[in-house]
Amino acid sequence: MTRSVRRTRRMMKVTGAGAAALLGLSACSPSGSESATDSGSASGGLSGQVTVFAAASLKESFTKLGKVFEKEHPGTEVTLSFGGSDALAAGITGGAPADVFASASPRTMKVVTDAGAASGTPVTFVRNRLEIATLPGNPGKIASLKDLTDSGLKVVLCDRTVPCGAAAQKALDASGLKLTPVSYEEDVKSALNKVVLKEADAAVVYRTDVQAAGDKVAGVEFPESADAVNDYPITVLKESQNAGAAKAFVSLVRSAEGRQVLAESGFLKP
Amino acid sequence: MTSSSPGRADATDTLTGGPRRGRVRFRSDRTGPRGRGGAPLPLLLPALIGLAFLVLPLVALLIRAPWRSMPDLLTSSEVWEALRLSLVCATAATAVSLVIGVPLAWLLARVEFPGRGLVRALVTLPLVLPPVVGGVALLMALGRNGVVGRWLDDWFGLTLPFTTAGVVVAEAFVAMPFLVISVEGTLRAADPRYEEAATTLGASRFTAFRRVTLPLIAPGIAAGAVLAWARALGEFGATITFAGNFPGRTQTMPLAVYLALQNDPEAAIALSLVLLAVSIAVLAGLRDRWMTAS
Repeated sequence: MTRSVRRTRRMMKVTGAGAAALLGLSACSPSGSESATDSGSASGGLSGQVTVFAAASLKESFTKLGKVFEKEHPGTEVTLSFGGSDALAAGITGGAPADVFASASPRTMKVVTDAGAASGTPVTFVRNRLEIATLPGNPGKIASLKDLTDSGLKVVLCDRTVPCGAAAQKALDASGLKLTPVSYEEDVKSALNKVVLKEADAAVVYRTDVQAAGDKVAGVEFPESADAVNDYPITVLKESQNAGAAKAFVSLVRSAEGRQVLAESGFLKP
Repeated sequence: MTSSSPGRADATDTLTGGPRRGRVRFRSDRTGPRGRGGAPLPLLLPALIGLAFLVLPLVALLIRAPWRSMPDLLTSSEVWEALRLSLVCATAATAVSLVIGVPLAWLLARVEFPGRGLVRALVTLPLVLPPVVGGVALLMALGRNGVVGRWLDDWFGLTLPFTTAGVVVAEAFVAMPFLVISVEGTLRAADPRYEEAATTLGASRFTAFRRVTLPLIAPGIAAGAVLAWARALGEFGATITFAGNFPGRTQTMPLAVYLALQNDPEAAIALSLVLLAVSIAVLAGLRDRWMTAS
């Protein structure tokens, strides 16, 4: 389905080639000049496929950035694959054909760098903070992390083996709180969904997930989340068949424009 | 009865009458080609490939198992908790399936009613449904905010998600069709004239079911129960979706394996081996006794 969408988009691009080329040239000069000096000279001639493996939490923002990239570099095609960082990392070390990897945690990025699959050193491009997601209107009057320890509340956390669970545990430890959830969910989206479906009263998830859920949940910030901020590293991969375009994509993500898109999804500056 | 005595089989046939006829003839059909020699190559080769395809991944699990650290991995209390919970819940789910699944199978096999084909299709639907879809459907029905679950919560303060009972419900939902299909098949093969004879002799229909039908189809019930139990033991998707994951309460072995895989693949392999060993032991132990007896 996405492919056919892309194809029609490409056809539209061909019909409006002049306008698109102008737009591309004018738009790529600020982002190209920032850090990618080597790809900057070639940015006019970028083409072909760029395959980006990105953490599921980046879905909204990277989809947007992929479109921006294709617009800025006519002739390129960005293929995005979203999933759990662990699964993506396992795919990359197992030989999946990817050009760029954006992970939700340094630990999963380390799996890739340890396997020698990254080209250069990964850089942190955004950070994500935890927030409490609760029912719309906050009927439980939850105002702090401590309120979650109330025994009358059904709280779900992410399992400690996944990044959001590790971060929640860190925040709880830092504040000396003991919280017994009704469930340790397998990933952040399923934790959030238990609240969206009203099966649980609250979940500790990322700010970005609360934002993406819109008015289906209410978000409550808590100060302890500062103790458990997640870094998101990104890198070009060694096996990339299109390193020039891959580098250009990474610099778009790190550019002012990219940062703006990510901030709109609730991510914090690194 | 030896395989080379079709004459005697026929004799038994005429002696015992109808119900044995199909079985005996089937057996003598089967002994024919077997007696003539080995399997033809065009069958044997794909068969062996099929066998290798199914067994190789399991062998790989054995090869890659972290045998040295195995004792440490397996003595952790969380593993035993998950295994105990798996066995308890699978057994409970099988019991639930027996209590409501056998009557359902009887209904499908013995009572003519409009839309029976549709009902049968609905009953077998959980077999082909992705388990996660089953979990979501259960949440919609029996969750705290579900169609029925809302009333359970309001009237009795009962909520199934995040409880051990929720695990049993999820497992029974996925496993019961195996039992129903198996029992229905056995019922259709069993001759209804025995029941009719019992009722003409004065037994009520329920007594006839209890005293005549049930013993007659016992091997089929047992086979179905084993299948359902094995399916319940391996259930993952519906359980994690409907019942969540909490050690000691809802974390069964498949869930423990999945979460261990996130950051400790060795532990996941070790846990998988335990589940594999338990499943093989039970299936092998029961299969010869029940599955071929039907």
